[in-house]
Amino acid sequence: MKGWNWDGFFEYLTNTYILEGAAVTLGLTIASMTLGVVAGCVVALMRMSPFRVLSNIAYFYTWLIRGTPLLVQLIIIYTGLPQIGIKFSVLEATLIGLVMNEAAYLSEIIRSGISSVPKGQSNAARAVGMTDVQMMRYVIAPQAARIIIPPLGNSVNGCLKTTSIASIISMEELLRRTQVLIQEKFMVLELFVVAALYYLLMTTAWDLIQRRIERHFGRGYDIKADAAEQR
Amino acid sequence: MQPMIVLEDVDKWYGKNFQVLKSCSLTVSPGEVVVICGPSGSGKSTLIKCVNGLEPVQGGRISVKDMEVTGPRTNLPKLRSHVGMVFQHFDLFPHMTVTENICIGQTRVLGRTQAEAEAKTAALLERVGMSDHARKYPIQLSGGQQQRIAIARALAMDPIAMLFDEPTSALDPEMITEVLDVMVELAKEGMTMMVVTHEMGFARKVADRVVFMDGGEVVEDTPKDEFFASPKSQRAVEFLSKILDH
Ligand SMILES: Nc1ncnc2c1ncn2[C@@H]1O[C@H](COP(=O)(O)OP(=O)(O)O)[C@@H](O)[C@H]1O
Ligand SMILES: [Mg+2]
Repeated sequence: MKGWNWDGFFEYLTNTYILEGAAVTLGLTIASMTLGVVAGCVVALMRMSPFRVLSNIAYFYTWLIRGTPLLVQLIIIYTGLPQIGIKFSVLEATLIGLVMNEAAYLSEIIRSGISSVPKGQSNAARAVGMTDVQMMRYVIAPQAARIIIPPLGNSVNGCLKTTSIASIISMEELLRRTQVLIQEKFMVLELFVVAALYYLLMTTAWDLIQRRIERHFGRGYDIKADAAEQR
Repeated sequence: MQPMIVLEDVDKWYGKNFQVLKSCSLTVSPGEVVVICGPSGSGKSTLIKCVNGLEPVQGGRISVKDMEVTGPRTNLPKLRSHVGMVFQHFDLFPHMTVTENICIGQTRVLGRTQAEAEAKTAALLERVGMSDHARKYPIQLSGGQQQRIAIARALAMDPIAMLFDEPTSALDPEMITEVLDVMVELAKEGMTMMVVTHEMGFARKVADRVVFMDGGEVVEDTPKDEFFASPKSQRAVEFLSKILDH
């Protein structure tokens, strides 16, 4: 038995190689959530469109993505597709896989958020002369956001952790770099605990941010909080 | 005088089989107050929503002042910015304060500055007796208060006509008067109004004409006094006895 090595543990806790890995994890999360929200909106609007073709394409897309594991998708994109002449770098393949996944899951979240806004709201917005775009921007989206943000926040949390799957195609994020160090130094437990702590740090920080955002979009719905704000 | 609102042989279907409006014709002159009544499901809400193009029609034509509502190239947002509408369930924007509710159309649609919009809003809040509530959210207000804000929101656009769809029927009885008072005031100032309501007291006080609808048809369109004294159709007689009894 080797026992727990405190010196090694603290050394890796501040190791720049690991720290950079954590930064990559954070970057991957920010990139795939941002692009995922944009793509998710497109898929959601297609899904809700009165044109059957668009709606069916969107349905097929979410069915396909949500019905298969990200791990399999990444391997297909990075390892499989070159076989038919389509080549992506590790970063490209990772981003494509992550964004495609987020878009599929988020589109469902966005769709339910938008349909939760009562019909009367769109009539009221139109009645004051808003165009469809203005109605979306000033009336529908802010109200949908209140419904969307809790599950969206969970998706960010999930995405922070899911990025680790990209280590399988040698994306140099937090987990991959931890594994590389383990192969050199054999401090398995210490290094994995360090990685776990970094994930925990990032998810906890996000939790705090999410609570602030939720409070912002909750205005107008909580009588006590609104009254306090007005004093 | 050029009429303000004209509906000419308007037909509308929901789906293929259900005709909700059957050749409805109606003219409202500037400054006129027309009350529309009729049994539930007779098409009153649908009819009034067609006037500002919230519902498309399949036949006939509708115009407001010199704007064609039913034309293929109509700029509907522009048209609607000139026609105020008040709904049964108020439909204030819940995520905006009272002031924001009344400002949003002025700034985003009419292009007024924030300062102009807020000045106008303050004046309107005064007028509907809601000055103390400017910074509140709709959820903090009673139904009657919300409806008065909804009227202010519509008036903020300086409309040439106002449409009301049962503005008091979702209100507790003790709040009906405060909303009707605002509407009576508006009528007396010469606003052109189309009002779907069963408040016959309001109709008696300010209506010029009463339109009675049943089964998607305009059954009667008569001057107010005539309508109350001697309705022409049997259906109107029955309807009146029902709502005046209770
Ligand atoms: N969006 C819709 N789709 C299908 N039928 C509708 C729709 N809106 C209203 N209707 C039907 O049209 C008829 C007239 O409705 P409405 O105009 O709301 O009547 P009123 O306001 O006089 O009570 C009713 O039978 C109603 O069920
Ligand atoms: Mg109705």
